[in-house]
Amino acid sequence: MTDLTNMTMAEALKGLENKDFTSVEITQAHIDAMAASKGLNAYITETPELALKQAAESDKRRAAGNAGELDGIPIAMKDIFCTKDVRTTAASGILHNFVPQYESTVSQKLLDAGAVTLGKANMDDCAMGSSNTTSHFGNVISPWKANDGNNADLVPGGSSGGSAAAVSARIAMAATGTDTGGSIRQPAAFCGLAGIKPTYGRCSRWGIVAFASSLDQAGAFGRNVEDAALLLQSMSGFDPKDSTSADLKVPDFAGALAGDVKGLKIGIPKEYRIDGIPEEISKLWDDGIAMLKDAGAEIVDVSLPHTKYALPTYYVIAPAEASSNLARYDGVKFGLRVDGDNLDSTYENTRAEGFGEEVIRRIMIGTYALSSGYYDAYYIKAQKVRRLIANDFTEAYKKCDALLTPTAPSAAFAIGENEDDPVKMYLNDVFTIPASLAGLPGMSVPGGLSAQGLPLGLQVIGRPWDEETVLRVGNALEKAVNFTAQPQSIGKIAA
Amino acid sequence: MSLTKKDVAKVASLARIKMSDEKLEALVPQLSNIIGFVEQLAEVNTDNVEPLASVVDINLRLRPDEVTDGGYQKEILANAPETLEGYFVVPKVVE
Repeated sequence: MTDLTNMTMAEALKGLENKDFTSVEITQAHIDAMAASKGLNAYITETPELALKQAAESDKRRAAGNAGELDGIPIAMKDIFCTKDVRTTAASGILHNFVPQYESTVSQKLLDAGAVTLGKANMDDCAMGSSNTTSHFGNVISPWKANDGNNADLVPGGSSGGSAAAVSARIAMAATGTDTGGSIRQPAAFCGLAGIKPTYGRCSRWGIVAFASSLDQAGAFGRNVEDAALLLQSMSGFDPKDSTSADLKVPDFAGALAGDVKGLKIGIPKEYRIDGIPEEISKLWDDGIAMLKDAGAEIVDVSLPHTKYALPTYYVIAPAEASSNLARYDGVKFGLRVDGDNLDSTYENTRAEGFGEEVIRRIMIGTYALSSGYYDAYYIKAQKVRRLIANDFTEAYKKCDALLTPTAPSAAFAIGENEDDPVKMYLNDVFTIPASLAGLPGMSVPGGLSAQGLPLGLQVIGRPWDEETVLRVGNALEKAVNFTAQPQSIGKIAA
Repeated sequence: MSLTKKDVAKVASLARIKMSDEKLEALVPQLSNIIGFVEQLAEVNTDNVEPLASVVDINLRLRPDEVTDGGYQKEILANAPETLEGYFVVPKVVE
């Protein structure tokens, strides 16, 4: 019998069309697998009844010949997308009881395409974190284990850690994520998945709990590049309700995979050879370069001279925007309220109790950077450096069509590691943040396994609005790498 | 630059976050460390560089000034911690 939780989305769509199985059957198989995988804590809110209802409706649509692009495919929705009548928390205490009265544009598009929602995926508190250890609802555990014998629980990466863990553990066929500085690409790398963040403006931000508005962008996780392309297709498109959403035609992303990389120029930015990078990450990168060369791409050296300033730029701009966005949580209109003697103390009590430590740290940094006397020195300065970083990419793309880099400076680490020093944790995103600051599309694909048997990711960065080339290069890497490893903990009921 | 406990207390007050003495003490080195890290931006020459506020190279759209949506009082109040007769309720502000 077909293993209903271990197919790609593309295979499942074919099977549904051939009547090999129904959406109700696939959905039920995933619900059973979720029950067996509770220990991963990948979901904050599971919605099995809703999923089965959606699946039954999907089966009816398909029988009537009205199936949408993703009809009947069970997915996980990051708990940052507002979903009508389904609690949406952004993994924060401040929104622990928030039940949206409206549907985000991206989740609505997926419903319109016929997707079945298994539940709301765990994440870092307000999407702030690189390890999914800041969630109000507990850590997400990676389904992967190192082969060093000590069986330590590993992080799935963050902030979209629940989405990545769910897809990797076969308790969702694909999942949505959001990426502000690497929150799709880094967890995709840690969990052995394909994860794409499109160009800023490709997906509507309407109904996504805001972190840093000039950086936040929705994207997709799949177990292969094609699945990520298919999911992204249905998420993308112009939305008049988001003023930064681009009024551009969405290309055929999955169709782009048919092309090869012959003659494409792939840039290798020399500044990404940072000091102290582990040997196996350098080797991964060199292997990726060799594979693309073998596939007919031309490798060119490029320079992104302001790379080293991307991280400090991000850690001014993102917290500054966050401190402004998160000012809305005041205990009055929605979410947590902790009463005080007067209005000010109600605000202060509510926010002290509702936000986790990392969120408070970032609000504090942002408030400081925007405060009188420091605004020019920090915030305006960071915006200027941001332009120089973006200009670096524009220059590089005069010489190449896409860039290849590692996704993260290491494989997944154990829960609790890197927590003593926030700056050390921030270094996880050193390779993903520059593209975020420039608003560029980026994707992580599995590049191989570390010496400890853990997935490592390669990142492809493209020109603005050129997700097609990113996907094509990702696809070429995927074919060459032939990544077949699966995590140790798969949410399958023993037969 | 190194922040003092007084600096941190001021920022906490601006951000409307209640903070115990203990928390303030803990944040002083953490925030100083992060601020120290971002201060390396000072070494970048940004003369004649325009600040980049948005990577999207489009002008904001205009639409006719017409009512197109609304009438959601019930939905807007649905998640409020306290409401009364169609209003949000807060602690007394005026004696």
